[in-house]
Amino acid sequence: MLKPHSRRRRLPKLAEQFQIWLGQHVQNALATLGRLFDTPVPTGMTVAVIGISLAFPAALYVVADNLRTMAGNWDQTAAISLFLRHDVADEAATPLADQLRKWPEIARVDIISRDSALNEFRALGGFEEALEQLKNNPLPVVLAIYPQAAFALPAQLETLQNKLLRLQEADFARMDTVWLQRFQAILDLIQTGVVLLGGLLGMGVLLIVGNTIRLEILNRRIEIEIMELVGATSAFIRRPFLYAGAWYGLLGGLTAWLLVTLALILLQGSVSRLASLYRSEFPLAGLGVSETLIVLSGSIALGLIGSWIAVERHLHGTEPN
Amino acid sequence: MIQFEHVFKRYPERGEALTNISFEMKVGEMAFLTGPSGAGKSTLLRLIGLLERPTRGDIVVNGRNLATLPRDRIPYHRRDVGMIFQDHRLLPDRSVFDNVALPLVVTGLGHKEVGRRVRAALDQVGLLKRERAIPVALSGGEQQRVGIARAVVGRPPVLLADEPTGNLDPDLSKEIFQLFERFQYVGVTLLIATHDLALVKSMHYRTFSLGEGRLVNDTRGW
Repeated sequence: MLKPHSRRRRLPKLAEQFQIWLGQHVQNALATLGRLFDTPVPTGMTVAVIGISLAFPAALYVVADNLRTMAGNWDQTAAISLFLRHDVADEAATPLADQLRKWPEIARVDIISRDSALNEFRALGGFEEALEQLKNNPLPVVLAIYPQAAFALPAQLETLQNKLLRLQEADFARMDTVWLQRFQAILDLIQTGVVLLGGLLGMGVLLIVGNTIRLEILNRRIEIEIMELVGATSAFIRRPFLYAGAWYGLLGGLTAWLLVTLALILLQGSVSRLASLYRSEFPLAGLGVSETLIVLSGSIALGLIGSWIAVERHLHGTEPN
Repeated sequence: MIQFEHVFKRYPERGEALTNISFEMKVGEMAFLTGPSGAGKSTLLRLIGLLERPTRGDIVVNGRNLATLPRDRIPYHRRDVGMIFQDHRLLPDRSVFDNVALPLVVTGLGHKEVGRRVRAALDQVGLLKRERAIPVALSGGEQQRVGIARAVVGRPPVLLADEPTGNLDPDLSKEIFQLFERFQYVGVTLLIATHDLALVKSMHYRTFSLGEGRLVNDTRGW
């Protein structure tokens, strides 16, 4: 016959308590994961919803990131393209370029000769036949003008443009920076969108996880009650639900990462083709290590907070007031 | 081991359930709690298990004053009080073994030790061979014995039973009560609420009678 314990049960020592605590956590985490995989369809649906929700802001972030890289490359392109009159020959362009290089506003001047411009045009493809029809080269000489950094503001560039147009040889000048600045503004807009969308969909994830955990608590109400009766602490009862939330978050985050990466792989082909039309290479950047970690830790945090809210609201069982 | 001093319990909806209850039970004492339905038997047991707190008065169980026990200590108190219910309160989707193991699992006991103690408890109630069965595959008497095994597996010094034989025929009831007697021999304090007056009389233990929330009789056994 089992003898009952002495009058007052001794409390375990601190080290012993820690060991118990750690063992319970590991066991709980694995058991909770096993439980999620016991019901693969509902778990999969919840994870998919979380994954898709998180994939949206992550994808938008990747788009903004890539556009910014692209814009960074364009900073290298000429700020002003000065098209010379048709009757200005290649040879005459060289002294003009030398003269312009002395201007304080100008950092660099590149000459794009009529022949090289034609070759460039040919290389683009699709124009060969049209170009064959032409008896002589219709393209003018172009001077690519790079301003000094101190003269790169839009107003200053406009002044420079007007000054350049007053040159006898000048026909037409195109500024490349205005649209670049508009592009920057659009990028900023997208970035704000990432934050807003991320916030909204993050809230959505919170609600999804919260609701899933709430249903789980309701399903297991009898079990919870019995566990309380036999002396489970509230921490012990909450733990599996919090782990479930964290697992949902982690699995959802991994799904989001997978979706974004898959989308990038699918897009890389078309982007490469587009980039080749601009005679450049553009490898799409995906989610880097730090971004991936942010997505995963963020999704785990959302899952945890969502389940914590549900647990706080719905786990007040048989304890007396 | 169990001490009630001028205990009152009032429910806002139902009014007074227990009025001025005072008694004391010593370590290793076994007693019956009788009385008509609604007399307050269950309420009294619920107070001892701290499923509820008294409105007024002091209850001391196993050296703990339940009126002042902080909320986060309640689980530890419940580990010292084994509870047996008329409807068994077993988890239908878990095996007999898992049901009995639950009080040990919540304390974080290691697997081996859990297995050893669960089998010892199942052995005591004669269900060692049914540990893989699920509760619905068992008879009413067997289910109740699983409930008892669960209540004693943590070796609590106090055991409470609320109508443990309410659904059983007289022979099975007798068996269950004999099981309780064996726990009493090893020093467990037992308080058993029951309707089964014939059985109570035949067993000659101390008997508390409740009527309309009052302790109307406290007959010593011999």
